[in-house]
Amino acid sequence: MIVASASTQAFPVLGMLVLLPLLGAAAVLLVPRSRVELVRPVAVLFMSGAAAAAGWMIASYPVASGGFEMIVDQPWVAAWGISWKLGVDGISLFLLGLTALLFPLGALAVDPGHGHKAYYMWLLLLEFGCLGVFSALDLLLFFLFFEVVLVPMYFLIGQWGHGAARDSAVKFFLFTMFGSALMLVGILATAFLHAAATGGPLTFDVVEIAGAQSLATTTARWIFLAFALGFAVKVPLIPVHTWLPDAHTDAPTAGSVILAGVMLKLGTYGFVRFGLYLFPEASRFFAPLMLTLGVVGILYGAVVATMQSDLKRLIAYSSVAHLGFIVLGIFALNTEGLSGGLLQMVNHGLSTGALFLLVGYLYERRHTRAIADLGGLARPAPVFALTFMVVMLSSVGLPGLNGFVGEFLVLLGAFEAHRWWAVLATAGVILAAVYLLWAYQRVFHGPARGDNATMADLRWREGLVLAPLLALIVFLGVYPRPVLDRMEPSVDALVAHVELHGAPAGSDVAEPEAAP
Amino acid sequence: MPQVDWPALLPQFFLGGGGLVLLTLGSLLRRRLPAWFPAAFSAGAALGALGGVIWLWIRVRDPARGAFTTIAETIGIDGFSVFLSGVVAVSVLLAAVLAAGTLRREGLPAEEFCVLLLLSGAGGVTMASANDLIVLFLGLEVLSIAAYVLAALDLRRSTAQEAGLKYFVLGAFASAFFLYGVALLYGATGSTKLPLVAGFLAGGGPDSNALLLGGMALLLVGLFFKVAAVPFHAWTPDVYEGAPPVAVAYMSAGVKAAGFAALLRVFNAALGANAADWQPIVYATAALTVLAGAVLAAVQSDVRRLLAYSSISHAGFILVGAEAATEAGVAGSLFYLGVYAFLALGSFAVVSIIGCGTDGRQSLDAYDGLAKRSPALAAAFTVLLLAQAGVPFTTGFWAKLEVIGASVEARSYWLAALAMLGAVVAAFLYLRILVRMYLTAPAQRSRPSISRSAGFVVAVCAAFTLVFGILPGPLVELTNDATIHLGG
Repeated sequence: MIVASASTQAFPVLGMLVLLPLLGAAAVLLVPRSRVELVRPVAVLFMSGAAAAAGWMIASYPVASGGFEMIVDQPWVAAWGISWKLGVDGISLFLLGLTALLFPLGALAVDPGHGHKAYYMWLLLLEFGCLGVFSALDLLLFFLFFEVVLVPMYFLIGQWGHGAARDSAVKFFLFTMFGSALMLVGILATAFLHAAATGGPLTFDVVEIAGAQSLATTTARWIFLAFALGFAVKVPLIPVHTWLPDAHTDAPTAGSVILAGVMLKLGTYGFVRFGLYLFPEASRFFAPLMLTLGVVGILYGAVVATMQSDLKRLIAYSSVAHLGFIVLGIFALNTEGLSGGLLQMVNHGLSTGALFLLVGYLYERRHTRAIADLGGLARPAPVFALTFMVVMLSSVGLPGLNGFVGEFLVLLGAFEAHRWWAVLATAGVILAAVYLLWAYQRVFHGPARGDNATMADLRWREGLVLAPLLALIVFLGVYPRPVLDRMEPSVDALVAHVELHGAPAGSDVAEPEAAP
Repeated sequence: MPQVDWPALLPQFFLGGGGLVLLTLGSLLRRRLPAWFPAAFSAGAALGALGGVIWLWIRVRDPARGAFTTIAETIGIDGFSVFLSGVVAVSVLLAAVLAAGTLRREGLPAEEFCVLLLLSGAGGVTMASANDLIVLFLGLEVLSIAAYVLAALDLRRSTAQEAGLKYFVLGAFASAFFLYGVALLYGATGSTKLPLVAGFLAGGGPDSNALLLGGMALLLVGLFFKVAAVPFHAWTPDVYEGAPPVAVAYMSAGVKAAGFAALLRVFNAALGANAADWQPIVYATAALTVLAGAVLAAVQSDVRRLLAYSSISHAGFILVGAEAATEAGVAGSLFYLGVYAFLALGSFAVVSIIGCGTDGRQSLDAYDGLAKRSPALAAAFTVLLLAQAGVPFTTGFWAKLEVIGASVEARSYWLAALAMLGAVVAAFLYLRILVRMYLTAPAQRSRPSISRSAGFVVAVCAAFTLVFGILPGPLVELTNDATIHLGG
């Protein structure tokens, strides 16, 4: 069972990490209109500060700990028992790191062209929301963050996007809001039923609710479904994925990077933290369903990606497939699968983030993303092509790069738990190689015609943005130990928690209020 | 002669008395009053009423004194009535401030408007504190008749005339229903005094339920009409479209609060013992109101009709709180009313700014590219719209949380789920306005001219929405303390 360790540090680094982007947004607003050129440095400064804080957290995180560390707990709305309770464990640690890394890179990568002040303000607010989701230990606080990220993303897609950006932005907002609408009812039901069953005051404290496991089995299953819908839309799982290709394709480059790199993880992270942890029995009960959806996502995403003529859309669909892998790993419900899924969340953030950056650079140069219009780019831009190759191979899951470790662990875990699903998923690995390599071949090989022949190579500044991602892609592929070491105690604790509470309580009939 | 606790009637004195004084002054010194006087006078009267409300709140919260009734138990002064009187007074205050900058530009008669506003507010606070069905009816009529005229105040526009007439005819019907309901309830329980009604019902109730049920049904029809619940909502879009935006700002905040005051006090308190009888009706009405309001709003092209349907949807949410039939539900509805008053006032202040000088046309096109033409106004309106959509860190989120939470606590899971789905549909319509403001190229480059008073109202409402969205604690405590005590 996961217990909150009492290691409240003297310096609240986690609180600072979450608040820095918010302060940054305020600072950006205060930059005078006549000094617009200062906006970007200020924004990047605050984001880098957050990245440094996250790096420091990863370095100082006690490796052996399986519980929540660096806890911040400030009462907020006393009447509702809501508090600003933040904490980090091995599960959320690297997602916080990933978020803190991708935001400054996204902000540095591409100039928005217009409305700098609003653009960076929304980016900073988005970072605030994402960091909040990954560190919230209060259900309602989590929901607030989970919902509030829609607003900045809506504006980022709508105002700085391409193509049918308006429609994509609205679609994105409504889809995700629809998903989380029922989750609020689920959260409230959890808290009220927990309070009724334990006789204590109303609380939304995740650790307390998960520890008590006071809900009746059937009730917990219903509530799990309400949660799952919200997460499934964010992930996205198959029937509710249709917002993703549009939003990813039409978003500005930084938006796509964040959307794929960070925001999709809000859903998978939600499944781990609030699905498995709060409702272990229901998670186990619905695991076959989730595994099926995961495998369907892997295969469907891969097949559809193969058919795409737009490079960005292709990567968007590849995300559907990758996220299917993550869901498969999570609902294998064993240590290998879960660590693989978690590692794959980070990996997908790194490689897909880098891919979207590269496609963004490509679009800046060629003003097209249609694969048919491109070709032979390796000749005029060899460094660009090489970088693309490395990132793409990491996405395919080539041994030696980060994608392999995660995928391998996921398949291992899934094979142990549910053999046939793992076999089917393996087909997805092969398909991934097909669509990505094929796309690479069409874009970078062959004769370079027209503008393609004179395309500029990677500039040093662009290379600098990509360098940290590339370094991590290689590092995690060769030596994933430091990451896995920090993850495993928490993962083990979670798996043990699911084992312990995984069996139906046998009291399907007894409602919690019947308890004395 | 019953004992009268005069200070308990301070809000009524300030609003009603203020209205009469202004009426006298206006007719005696018609040409000699300065242009700013009526609005300033009514804002002062509303401030006075607000001062009275605060004083009463302190008195009611004082454990040594507590809630009390006066004039032979026909006026009940408790946390509930004082809080809603406050909402009505704030609505009158902000509407008066808004009127200062808008009436002249729209060519509306300032004295008449302000007199009617104050009188309607007096009816509102009377409704909020009525502890007797007859007094409640008096308040309702004072409030409504003034509102009918406010709706029709713009003599030059036929839509305003139509709105006023429709509102009046349908409103008169609703009042008749209400009065008939009062009569039946009197027949069933032997009293029109709410504490006696509650006591009678708690003590076993009548032998035959027919009169009681009929009375409840008719009362509900009358009150549903006042709060614009589906299917008694048909007047709302026409009135919101035709009436001057300043009047609508007041009506959507103050009139709604007063209507819900009556509903909550009569049903959740006096008829609380028979909740099982009226809950199913409120359940169905709440679900229908949330969903129909949101869906119908999504297809409107006129901003005022759009906001009218959105206000219907919000009324549905407040009914969700009422349906719970618990103290938490009443507190949730109060919270929602208090928060929504600011959202509605602010939104219609924006409508009055944008609609100024457009001869009443108010298509969504008028908002194209507003973010470029007037960034501050667009930002404030964005806050108000996002709050209505229930986005976190705004008061709107907490309002939804309060009513949905009460509903979940009372185990009305399906109603809560339906309401949340309605909120998603409603989000679409707020996004439609946002899309117009931010993502559409402006047709004309002109900056909207924002009068100082209208700008002030928008700023206050947006600031309230954000500040209490981030720190909702005090507001939550306030509404939790605003409980009903029928006395007797």
